Amino acid sequence: MIFDVGSNKMKSLGPILTVLMVIFAFWYLMAIKLNSQWEYDQAVRAKVEVGFWDILPNTMQQKKPVLPAPHQVLTGLWDGLAGQPITSKRSLVYHAWITLSGTIYGFVIGTAMGILLAVGIVYNRAMDLSVMPWAIASQMIPIIAIAPMLAVVVHALGASAIVTKAVISAYLSFFPVLVGMVKGLRAPEQMQIDLLHTYSASKTEILWKLRFPASVPFLFTSLQVGIAASLVGAIVGELNQPAGLGARLLQGTYHGLTVHIWAALIVASLLAAILVKTIQGFERITLVKMGMRK
Amino acid sequence: MNLLIAVMLFWGLAWLVNLRLARSTRPIVRILVPMIFGITLLVLWEGLVHGLDVSPVILPPPSSVAIKFAASYKVLWTDLTQTFFKGALSGFIIGALVAFLVAIAVDRSPFLKAGVLPIGNFMSALPIVGVAPIMVMWFGFGWQSKAAVVVVMVFFPILINVIAGLAASERMQRDLMATWGASYWQTLFKLRLPAAMPFVFNGLKIAGTLSLIGAIVAEFFGSPTMGIGFRITAEIGRLGLDMIWAEITMAALVGSAFYGVIVFLERRVTFWHPSQRH
Amino acid sequence: MTSVKSKIVIEARDVGLTFETKDGPVVALKDVNLTVTEGEFVSFIGPSGCGKTTFLRAIAALEHPTSGSLTVNGLSPDAARQARAYGYVFQAAGLYPWRTISGNIKLPLEIMGFSPAAQAERLSRVLSLVELEGFGGKFPWQLSGGMQQRASIARALAFDADILLMDEPFGALDEIVRDRLNEELLQLWARTEKTIAFVTHSIPEAVFLSTKIVVMSPRPGRITDVIDSPLPKERPLNIRDSQEFIDIAQRVREGLRAGHAYGD
Repeated sequence: MIFDVGSNKMKSLGPILTVLMVIFAFWYLMAIKLNSQWEYDQAVRAKVEVGFWDILPNTMQQKKPVLPAPHQVLTGLWDGLAGQPITSKRSLVYHAWITLSGTIYGFVIGTAMGILLAVGIVYNRAMDLSVMPWAIASQMIPIIAIAPMLAVVVHALGASAIVTKAVISAYLSFFPVLVGMVKGLRAPEQMQIDLLHTYSASKTEILWKLRFPASVPFLFTSLQVGIAASLVGAIVGELNQPAGLGARLLQGTYHGLTVHIWAALIVASLLAAILVKTIQGFERITLVKMGMRK
Repeated sequence: MNLLIAVMLFWGLAWLVNLRLARSTRPIVRILVPMIFGITLLVLWEGLVHGLDVSPVILPPPSSVAIKFAASYKVLWTDLTQTFFKGALSGFIIGALVAFLVAIAVDRSPFLKAGVLPIGNFMSALPIVGVAPIMVMWFGFGWQSKAAVVVVMVFFPILINVIAGLAASERMQRDLMATWGASYWQTLFKLRLPAAMPFVFNGLKIAGTLSLIGAIVAEFFGSPTMGIGFRITAEIGRLGLDMIWAEITMAALVGSAFYGVIVFLERRVTFWHPSQRH
Repeated sequence: MTSVKSKIVIEARDVGLTFETKDGPVVALKDVNLTVTEGEFVSFIGPSGCGKTTFLRAIAALEHPTSGSLTVNGLSPDAARQARAYGYVFQAAGLYPWRTISGNIKLPLEIMGFSPAAQAERLSRVLSLVELEGFGGKFPWQLSGGMQQRASIARALAFDADILLMDEPFGALDEIVRDRLNEELLQLWARTEKTIAFVTHSIPEAVFLSTKIVVMSPRPGRITDVIDSPLPKERPLNIRDSQEFIDIAQRVREGLRAGHAYGD
């Protein structure tokens, strides 16, 4: 469902561009409207009379705008990505890397746990009955909400900051993977399982030869959801840390640097898009190799 | 040490009981087994915290959390009202309504649909929670900014699900409507909306989970002196971890209840769908 | 057999229909000439791609001919649709699972604006016509395939359309149920005196039900043969073993063979 642009890419390009242009136009208008109040206030303070057209260019260039104009955001973005040495604390690439490492760390753990638990649930009825309801209930716990607390606990235990992020990311990605794998491992029809029984296949053989291959499409769908969730987890986990996109978001808030906030948000979105697209790429290669897609 | 051994024994025993129970097919087992599992976890937690002498600053035992819960229900209720009822719930309702109307508007124009659907899919995967600081800046510290964050978070999942649902009715059904001379609106209300309900509820369930999380996280970026998110950050400074766990427990319970209400409604409205009949 | 009523209900003159597809134009119908008079039971039979369903849909204004003229009751198909000239029955019952059988039958009546009293009266009338009295309160999934299809037919009859268009309505049912429904359909036809256009894959079904059989063939979709059936209007099931029946079926088969339906 995510990023499912559809097969007819060229045909969708026109409408997509149109909608995007409308969004940008609306953005500019809103920027003018929201930023103009400050300009009028400044004028009153300086006891100068200004008309709308006088302040118009200023609304596009404020240092701390209420809503930065698109070009301001793009400039800030460019500056953060390409205008700084990559290892500097002012570089968005540096922060993105911090966030990415936390995301991947947690994602891998969460996926591994999800798959292991799924196999357990499918093969052991006691686990199925006891764990599944709690796995569902666990998603009701707003894990993100305890990110700050988790940071304290982790710090007290002496582990590094990345562990906080990894725990939250793992927690958030584990559930979609678990649900998807359980569905996938149970996907084969009874008819196919019966056929393997006539070959006297053992439970392990059925798992590897039938259930795992059948679960691959479900796994990839869950991985896409999981990695997006992991990224969100890493960002929230960084809120009180010195580095990372989440940290950048919070710093931007404290100092009123809206352009920083927007730039960090866009980099986070780009990161999400790249991660999901990467998984989709793996999915395509794997399914083609398995003959499940042309 | 004795405590640890006792705890391990309890765990083993409970596990054995569950293994026996799992073989039965009586419906009561479906509630009993997860309950025993849950109780085991609590016992394990309590036992390990006491047995390993874990500092309450790191992990308080369930007993102290329960005591704190009972003692602070006034504060908990205030926080709940602020975060859930005012922030999450209103954001959920507004977001759902707006997404619904946009979906119907998009439905009328294939051009719009081709443009909006891919963008909507894209947006629903983004860390939308990052707009929280921006919303606080625009709407202030009050519950309105939290509701605004929730609106943005739930908008895209509900939008793409409603659009998918509107497309769910089969061509044959729509042809039949055409043979009866039905207008666009008649077809929409009598066929396409009822047929879309399974998808709509799928979106609503996702949105329900997101709304509470969104409201809480939004409070991290600025909040009056109440709210679940606020309470958590405040209590961290005072190392009041038992209060934090009490707040989390409440959030989890309310979140589950909210989800349960949506599932209940889903069962009533989509009673006819194969997934509800098995 | 001359009929007193010889009012022309469906008239097709040099009807052609070409679809523009990704792989180029597909000629679904070519030079279709046909006249259907009131009260006839016309079957359309042919292999996949011969255009029989396309022609039925064109009558129903669900498709539009790209050449030639097609009139229903003297009107264009779109106008006939607005005038509620026909009821359509699809291969699948297509009942809404969230409505009871009564709710489903009332659906077209609601759309067309009949009063609640009129709706109730028509509902009970068609329910008894298809022998589904007492099942109005059930949901579609609680009924068998045959009963669902009967409900679908009842729905098509509810608003007194003079023409019934049926696209392989019994195709998804087993033979025993199919036989029974064929008999019931003939009785229904006799009682209501409607004009029926019926698309089918089954030669015995076409010969058993119709007063006129239209044999079609594909690439391009066209009419190979039109057979006026000499069988009497009242026919029991065992007429299928009579010599006349077998001769007509043979003629149909020859028409199909001439149109390369058997791949030779």
